[in-house]
Amino acid sequence: MSKRRILVLHLAFLVFTAIPPVVYADMCFECHSGWEDESGSPSASYESDVHFRAGLGCADCHGGNPELDDMDDVRRGRGYKGIPRPREIPGFCATCHNDPGYMIKHNPALPTDQLDKYKTSVHGKRLLEEGDEKAANCVSCHSVHNIERPQIPASTVYPLNLPEVCAGCHSDPEYMAGYGIPASQFDDYAESVHGHALLVEKDLGAPACNDCHGNHGATPPGVTSISAVCGLCHALISDEFAVSPHKAAFDEMGYPECEGCHSNHLVLEPELYWIGTSDSSLCVDCHSADDGTEGLAKAEKIHEIVLKLKKSYETAEAKVDESELKGMMVTDERFILKEITQAMIRTRTVIHSLDFEKVSEAAGEGLEKADQAYRAATTKVEEYYFRRKGLGIATLIITILVIALYLRIRSIDKSHPLR
Amino acid sequence: MSWLLRAGATGLLGSILYPVYKFVIPPLTGEANLSQLKLPFKSSELREDKASSRIFKFGRELGIIVITPQNEVKAFSALCTHLDCTVQYRKDLETIWCACHNGQYDLEGRNISGPPPRPLEQYDVHISAETDEIFVSKKT
Amino acid sequence: MSRKRTEENSIWGRTYGWIDRRLKIETMVGYMSHKVVPWHGQSIWYFFGGMTLFFFLVQVITGILLLLYYRPGAESAYESVRFIVSEVSFGWLIRSMHSWSANLMILFAFIHMFSVYFTHAYRRPRELTWISGIALLALAMAFGFSGYLLPWNELSFFATRVGTGMAGSIPVVGDFLLKLMRGGENVTGATIGRFFGMHVAVLPGIFTVFLALHLLFIQRQGMSEPPEWETGPGTVRRYMPFFPNFLLRELLVWLIMLNILAVLAVFFPDGIGPVHWPLGQKADPFAPPPLAIRPEWYFMFAFQTLKFLPAHVLFIEGELFGIAVLSLGGLVWLFIPFWLSRRPHSKIKGPAKILGWIVLAFVVSMTVLGYILE
Repeated sequence: MSKRRILVLHLAFLVFTAIPPVVYADMCFECHSGWEDESGSPSASYESDVHFRAGLGCADCHGGNPELDDMDDVRRGRGYKGIPRPREIPGFCATCHNDPGYMIKHNPALPTDQLDKYKTSVHGKRLLEEGDEKAANCVSCHSVHNIERPQIPASTVYPLNLPEVCAGCHSDPEYMAGYGIPASQFDDYAESVHGHALLVEKDLGAPACNDCHGNHGATPPGVTSISAVCGLCHALISDEFAVSPHKAAFDEMGYPECEGCHSNHLVLEPELYWIGTSDSSLCVDCHSADDGTEGLAKAEKIHEIVLKLKKSYETAEAKVDESELKGMMVTDERFILKEITQAMIRTRTVIHSLDFEKVSEAAGEGLEKADQAYRAATTKVEEYYFRRKGLGIATLIITILVIALYLRIRSIDKSHPLR
Repeated sequence: MSWLLRAGATGLLGSILYPVYKFVIPPLTGEANLSQLKLPFKSSELREDKASSRIFKFGRELGIIVITPQNEVKAFSALCTHLDCTVQYRKDLETIWCACHNGQYDLEGRNISGPPPRPLEQYDVHISAETDEIFVSKKT
Repeated sequence: MSRKRTEENSIWGRTYGWIDRRLKIETMVGYMSHKVVPWHGQSIWYFFGGMTLFFFLVQVITGILLLLYYRPGAESAYESVRFIVSEVSFGWLIRSMHSWSANLMILFAFIHMFSVYFTHAYRRPRELTWISGIALLALAMAFGFSGYLLPWNELSFFATRVGTGMAGSIPVVGDFLLKLMRGGENVTGATIGRFFGMHVAVLPGIFTVFLALHLLFIQRQGMSEPPEWETGPGTVRRYMPFFPNFLLRELLVWLIMLNILAVLAVFFPDGIGPVHWPLGQKADPFAPPPLAIRPEWYFMFAFQTLKFLPAHVLFIEGELFGIAVLSLGGLVWLFIPFWLSRRPHSKIKGPAKILGWIVLAFVVSMTVLGYILE
């Protein structure tokens, strides 16, 4: 070999090793990116999908060989699944999501029981057992190709977005016809204290649909479990209710506990007239004067003391407002008013025990504070009048002095005339 | 006319000196509420407390002081970060608990369960070795 | 001095005698008794200097009282002022009087200044009285600026940030000045320390010196007489004895001022209209500034002038140009007695009057516009 040849071979070797190997391309992605069918390009939205970020390509779910560039070859190729039908979707997703061994490699924190739960849900039963493809499957809530973790605000199942997603079907009377349930849940919910807190105040602590109905195991809480569901947040109220005479009575009669008075989706701010003996009270729905219980008598007593607390609060607040209007500083008084509000919350809580002693003790605390606030504000109002009176006296004194001085000046002007 | 002048001058002096005198007398509350507060109970009293915790007034807010199972003394704002209810210490759960919506905080003040969106503000606690008095101050 | 002899044996007489033997005040009283005040149609303006002095004395007394409870510092300033107005008895009155009196003092100083200008009382040999008076006005405004921050509430915090920021835009020394005033890059607790020191130690010290000079000049030179008395031989010149005639009148006016102050403090403890100082919320450096940040009314004409200027005047930045022109104007105003005293009064009278009206109209209209156009 001549020196020249060796040099050429060397060069050729260098050139070839410097060229990178052929890059593996996901051909599904390549071709489907160009499409503009009515569903939109699946690959475009998929780029923001949590699965895309985890490194999953189209073939990882849909099967097929992503290296082939001919679509027919792909369809005939290994394990090709194509587009699943709605009833196939839960199993389609569960291929990975039901496999702890697989999921641990991507997201160890995520449970792998979604399909099992789904099977117990009303949606799951309808779809998988009865083949009703109108029932919600995974993608109905999670979206198809831009799935995001529920903690991310952009996710369709983020608490603030979820009610709208559920309402997509449940508020459509046509869609829901034949299922025997109303289509008013979302409207009721939006009007309720919970809906207001979540949708208007953006309070993520407030319950969305899934917080009471469950996620994948979505089902209405039954008569027996409703107090447990409400008690998740309203723990103290639930405890108080559990020791009340209502507990046994409701159980016996098969009444839904909280829902009996507070309704389910349309949970409203409780009103004082709910308890008592007037025609609009909720007590008279079941109780009557001669039903052999002390129910109505107690209701009246509770009504009276809570009314008294409410009135005292309003009187104290009006006094505080008055003294503030008069320009006095009332930060301390406002602080006491806040303490009364706390006492009112406690009182409302213990009402559920139907124990008058407890109620009057809690209300008593509030009444005492209300009295304190009222007296403090009254002192401030008196102070306001004291200031004006003091000013009046001082002005009187100064006026007298001014007059005396004026008279003195006049007499001095005579004794010490201008020169 | 001289007596009128004298009476007027005396009255004027009085109506100036009276407010000044009242102003100079220190009010009962002592001094302005600053970022540090001496609690109205001593550390030994707190340790004897069955609930191992007490609520105290801190300026225009409420605070909670807790003796942890590790025997540390910790103080936090007592206003739940969810809806401003007053929190309480649950010795059985070793958490600070809000009864309104079952919110829970650990003994670092972190919101660990329920609706609260933020941790409770933690205060610095100093206990005087000599007098056993407790001083609470906002962290700077 | 027959009166003295008759009262020799009373307690006052004996005390007076005791002091007189040591201090020789008899000569001072003798001097005072010869002092006269020119009495003519414009004599009412002689009272305004005294009224300004009265409000200054109220400032000193109420200021010292506030010091008993005020505690400077970002953590304590607001709380202590809140404590004064809500807990301390008559604290609201003392704070309110301090604020009202501060504003009235500056208002009366302005009136005093213009009255002196229009009555030509600054003429030779009173140039230094005029200069010391302008210095006192400037010091009073510095008092106002430094005192405004001390409650450390939202209003004062942002006003101070804007005010000190303007000083920062002066070329070359601006950055230094800004840091000097703020005690750092930003308005913080360090700024309160500096402003507090200025307000209760530095400014009172300087103010006292200038006030003493100002009063000394007046005592040595007597009240200025109308220029016509010097020229017209046929005019009737009348004088009122300073002691007791004028002094008692002054006292009478002070009493009325005191009463007005008390009425304002009781009925409008937080001020009224554009002149107000509600405690409001504590300063929060991270909060967005309130919609309308405006300076106190006595800075409004300067503030509004700067706002009217375009972004650039010739090649200079508009704000800078404004500051330069205003400073120059102030300098001219300060030394105007020297210029106006160089020629006979009869010749300078007309132009001086026109200039005075222009300055007054400018200051008033800019101030009014500042409040209308906001």
